[in-house]
Amino acid sequence: MMRLAKEYFADQRDDDLKQLGVGLQRSDVPGHVTGKTTYFADRNFPRMLHLKMVRSPHHHARIRSIDTSEAEKHPGVARVLTHKDVPHNVYTILILIQVGPEDEQVLAADKVRWKGEAVVAVLADSERAANEAAAKVKVDYEVLPAVFDMDEALAPGAPLVNEYHGNNYYTYDSGSHRKVRFGDVEQGFAQADFVLEETYRSSPIEQAPTETTGCIAVPEGNDRFTCYTNTQAMFFTLDNTSIILQMPGHKLHFVGGTVGGGFGGKVDVTVEPIAILAAKLTGRPVSFIYTREEEMQISSPRAAEKIVIKDGVMKDGRIVARYVKGYTDAGAYSRHSPYGAQKGAAHYPGPYTIPNVWADTYCVYTNRTPSSAMRGFGVTIADFALEVQMDKLARLISMDPLEFRFINAYRDGDMKAHRQPTEGAALIECMQEASKAANWPVAEKFLKMSSYKET
Amino acid sequence: MAKKVPIQLMLNGEDRAEFVDSGATLLTVLRERFDDTSPKGGCHQGTCGACSVLVDGELRLSCLTLAEACEGQSIETTAGLAKEGVLHPLQRVFLDGFAAQCGFCTPGMIMAAKALLDHTPNPSREDVVEALSGNICRCTGYEPIINAVLAAARANSHNAA
Repeated sequence: MMRLAKEYFADQRDDDLKQLGVGLQRSDVPGHVTGKTTYFADRNFPRMLHLKMVRSPHHHARIRSIDTSEAEKHPGVARVLTHKDVPHNVYTILILIQVGPEDEQVLAADKVRWKGEAVVAVLADSERAANEAAAKVKVDYEVLPAVFDMDEALAPGAPLVNEYHGNNYYTYDSGSHRKVRFGDVEQGFAQADFVLEETYRSSPIEQAPTETTGCIAVPEGNDRFTCYTNTQAMFFTLDNTSIILQMPGHKLHFVGGTVGGGFGGKVDVTVEPIAILAAKLTGRPVSFIYTREEEMQISSPRAAEKIVIKDGVMKDGRIVARYVKGYTDAGAYSRHSPYGAQKGAAHYPGPYTIPNVWADTYCVYTNRTPSSAMRGFGVTIADFALEVQMDKLARLISMDPLEFRFINAYRDGDMKAHRQPTEGAALIECMQEASKAANWPVAEKFLKMSSYKET
Repeated sequence: MAKKVPIQLMLNGEDRAEFVDSGATLLTVLRERFDDTSPKGGCHQGTCGACSVLVDGELRLSCLTLAEACEGQSIETTAGLAKEGVLHPLQRVFLDGFAAQCGFCTPGMIMAAKALLDHTPNPSREDVVEALSGNICRCTGYEPIINAVLAAARANSHNAA
């Protein structure tokens, strides 16, 4: 059962927490239970076209030629789009916050870098006609060697995944990786009673929302375009669409609303620019909705990661040095991964105060599906690695794993390795509650600790 | 051009008729021809349950059901459950029991639950779990959903007693 522990931080607050523990009806649920909630696809427009994307069957290939003539003749087809139709055909989402370079083609022109990359968009009166016509698009590929493993991608002589970067890693202003340097990590290891180095790996994870990614773009009489979309990133999408289509933002009217599950999987800009372009070139409403297969295989997952952690620990439980190398598999394109990898660099000490830290994080390009946001990306897998490492360290020094965490827990005022002072810490209090709830007793002194005052 | 076929059916108690594309699914016809967008298309391959409706009282995946096969039959969807502005008991318990998050699976969940309670007014927890096993809630709010259906069943038996 839930217990409300309002006594914690009572002297730190001036609120009465009167809403805690009081049930409040969600404002959107009446619509959900009556079927009246409007998701983007719950709209019908006369003469609406259906967009089917022709995608790369290869992980890495040069495009020799694209032949759309047979597809264009297919009954019901209104238009077929290639890279030549896209005003500014190369983009990267985070260019809006100066995280470049633009590294991804909207419709592939010369190369494909992952299996599933968009090459040709077919627009037809019905989904069936669009699917049939898409099968008639002929793309001649010269298959190139591909790399799927981050270690192999970083090794000398690896195939170059993305020419816009020139290397198989993202170049930060700090060079090939993000760096955190705090204290003297070598001196810390020299002082340690034990040193433990472990490597942790994770696979990509698909967000798998029940409602697939999609949008409907409608040309309006006033030369504007309305885009009904389930994006989780409305303004990233609007601004990137504006750049890609070289169309001022005031011509774009984006309508969001209830999203049928996102979990980070709907923050990339993948359907709106091409659907709006198609609506502009045909003068008709355009629906571009991922199939379930596309949602699972094309939409960007959480990145695969490799994390090497080396810790120096004292017999009394103090971690005195941590050295981390973190690798984020961006797949073929940046999307949100340079940011995720950077977040990891700051996060690797975890919620613990460690006096000597050295962290390097790399954003690595491979010929896998581009990865992007998912629920705490950059830190979630790091936390898995860190907490497994914490258990192993506790075992190494024969200490209770929960007491071990109390000893190292960060507290208000502690300087973090990336030079942000700790504020509003509550780890100790959470662990005190967890100790009671899980019936996992710890020594009395830990139950008297506080995150914000000396005890 | 796809061949058009006439179809007449009862949708939530209303006599409806339309010309539809031959081979169109019941899901497409409900959403695009009969303007009932309460059934959702999550996979269009019969794996997620978001499109669940009742056809002559039996639970059906409308994405795998041909509209033509429903000629003359009675279709029930979540959009038709509330009568004169009063929520159906299942809608009420889903609302009160926090049994919806993003809401995309909710209409399908409610129809699957209705199919269960129509046949089995006093289900066990296992019955409820089994009845909802074809409906995916990716927000993973299964516990409140199961509890809501059990609460609706209790309210039913209370009213009957």
